[in-house]
Amino acid sequence: MTAYIIRRLLYALPILIGVNALTFVLFFVVNSPDDMARMHLGNKRVTEAAIQNWKAEHGYEKPLLINREAEGAAVFTETILFEKSRRLFLLDFGQSDSGRDIGHDISQRMWPSLAIAIPTLLVGLAVNITFALLLAFFRATYLDFWGVVICVAMMSISGLFYIIGGQYLVGKLLNLVPISGYDTGIHAWKFMILPVIVGVIGGIGAGTRWYRTLFLEEIHRDYVRSARAKGLSEHWVLFRHVFRNALIPILTGVVVVLPLLFIGSLLTESFFGIPGLGSYTIDAIGSQDFAIVRAMVFLGAVLYIVGLLLTDISYTIADPRVRLD
Amino acid sequence: MSIQPVILWTDALIYLLLLLAALSVWYTGRHEHLSQPWKRVARSRTGQAAMVVLLCYAVVGLLDTLHFNPQSGEDEQGKPVYSTEVLSLFDHLAGPLRTQREKTYSAPFAIHLFSKESIEQPDGSTVRDYPRLKYGGAHLGPDGEGRGADILKQALSGAVKGIVVWFLLLILLCRFDHRRLMNLLAGNTENPWHVGAWTGFALAVLFGACWEWAGNYHILGTDKVGEDVFFQSLKSIRTGLVIGTLTTLVMLPAAILLGIMAGYFRGWIDDVIQYLYTTLNSIPGVLLIAAAVLMMQIYMSNHADDFNSLTERADLRLLFLCLILGVTSWTGLCRLLRGEALKLRELEYVQAAKAFGVGNFRILVRHVLPNVMHIVLISIALDFSGLVLAEAVLSYISIGVDPSTNSWGNMINGARLELAREPVVWWSLLAAFGFMFTLVLAANLFSDVVRDAFDPRLRQQR
Repeated sequence: MTAYIIRRLLYALPILIGVNALTFVLFFVVNSPDDMARMHLGNKRVTEAAIQNWKAEHGYEKPLLINREAEGAAVFTETILFEKSRRLFLLDFGQSDSGRDIGHDISQRMWPSLAIAIPTLLVGLAVNITFALLLAFFRATYLDFWGVVICVAMMSISGLFYIIGGQYLVGKLLNLVPISGYDTGIHAWKFMILPVIVGVIGGIGAGTRWYRTLFLEEIHRDYVRSARAKGLSEHWVLFRHVFRNALIPILTGVVVVLPLLFIGSLLTESFFGIPGLGSYTIDAIGSQDFAIVRAMVFLGAVLYIVGLLLTDISYTIADPRVRLD
Repeated sequence: MSIQPVILWTDALIYLLLLLAALSVWYTGRHEHLSQPWKRVARSRTGQAAMVVLLCYAVVGLLDTLHFNPQSGEDEQGKPVYSTEVLSLFDHLAGPLRTQREKTYSAPFAIHLFSKESIEQPDGSTVRDYPRLKYGGAHLGPDGEGRGADILKQALSGAVKGIVVWFLLLILLCRFDHRRLMNLLAGNTENPWHVGAWTGFALAVLFGACWEWAGNYHILGTDKVGEDVFFQSLKSIRTGLVIGTLTTLVMLPAAILLGIMAGYFRGWIDDVIQYLYTTLNSIPGVLLIAAAVLMMQIYMSNHADDFNSLTERADLRLLFLCLILGVTSWTGLCRLLRGEALKLRELEYVQAAKAFGVGNFRILVRHVLPNVMHIVLISIALDFSGLVLAEAVLSYISIGVDPSTNSWGNMINGARLELAREPVVWWSLLAAFGFMFTLVLAANLFSDVVRDAFDPRLRQQR
């Protein structure tokens, strides 16, 4: 097991290098640091000195790929590519273009993101599985048919509609909870309810339909038929046999998104004014802060790879037929 | 009036797409085993209804694709001079809808503006009141007497016109055979054509009424700068369709080629391709899109002189968005195709072809590719609705289409703050969501039917 994890982590290294190369091309080659400096300083009438000054301030003053003035190995190490990549791999995100410490910001903003994302995931899972089991239990009846119709209709509604509608209905018309904002500590619950409800409702359509398919796939298996043939009651079959086996794909589907919960939802957070990592990214996009966007892209990739690893491990735990070696 | 045709980048790709679609329809029609699944689609009631709705959207989108520069005058030699403004055939047809602008917000079917203003009376004094709209209900009296009756009358006459057009179209489709027509409407045909026909009927009535209203009222009100919301929603159809279809079109060659190559050749080719898509896949899609669009914005603002007109710039931005969405979405299809090709390469007929000494390229094209096409088709259909929805979200976080492009996302973005007003300005939002919902629902239903018809695994379960 340990050997497997170590090997998987080593596999992850080339992928991270690839991600890093891609972001490097996106952020430094498509637009040179000079372009970025010019944009930040205002496009027209920027002096060369001001550009050099801005680049020096933000650590972009070195050559991109090859430093012709340096000696020996420093030809490659005294460059933006090496310098910025080295820091990213050590998860040292450095300073944002506006001069804030990105690492500190991330560690601060992670918690509100998690406070919204974890309840949304858990409640959503419970609701979706309940509905899906219900539909599977009443399969091939009118309830099942109309359930699926409603699911498809709910899937077809834009996520923006749920957010805007939820804010309008609950926040403004009924005046139950504040529309947006956040508070520290225990008082945050007021602000959490609406985003969580909206997130759960927005996910019901796709989630319920997907889980229903998984359950129905299990229901047609041979072992289920023999369980029924033994005379087991339908709900016993459903809960003891179908549910447990369908949990394997559900579990692995959930595990892969677990690490990405840190990043939060860009849309929900910016609509509800939650100071999490999602709105952090949105703000960075708005103010064209490349250092932050670059750090978030890298972080996202790292978390995704961790998620894949966790998925593989969770297979062995959930399904004894799978062995890692 | 003479015109000068303009072909924007997305237009050219749409024409290419149409050409490809026409070719594949022709090819499918000549091969029984290929047309069989489509016949299964035609046998589905849901498929029929969804198809008609999608067709209506496609017609509007296509009308909006034929771009031209209108003539603005003549020079000394009598040669026409063309304005730089880019219009489409749809703009031309919609005529008054595009040009009749009010001052600011007005509610659907309203004849007064939404906000009070100081109006100068004939006797010189000023009153604060809701000013009369310039165009909305202009044919009515100053107080708009008989508005309800007028709306109803126009709806009826429009509906009748719509029904006439629908009927003529049906007669044409039935090739002037009255028995065929009666059978079709009564549902006595093998395929449930009547479902499609009656869906068309509903749409014809709706469209006829809207057509009649549109000349005299703002059916869905006007937005902040007084532009007709109904017109905006219709214009947005093209953007939605472009994102939904062109994204798939641009990513398809790469996904198919790399996918079947990885599965067929295995070895180091497989490793490289797998590495490629795992790397791309490991970056959360929205972050990659954000980063790429951000970089493109800067490139465009630094190279503003490279673009002839604002329309061209907006169009290139739309195309770029399709490209970058394509980059993030080809990985899923590529993985599926790789898996399928891995399976196919072990089958007898591929092995036999190899034993006969058929070249790798020929095997890929003649034996592997035709047998993975159903996967490609299903995934095109399934991706479409997601892409339409994604456009709205991306436009909202300002990494979507150009702000000057009509799109549902831009409409929502422009209107969402107005919910805080009292009374609420709801029509822009509702119009955008309504149009989007109809398209996505139809696409979802249709893709389900297509999947059921094409997936042999699902067929066996029945």
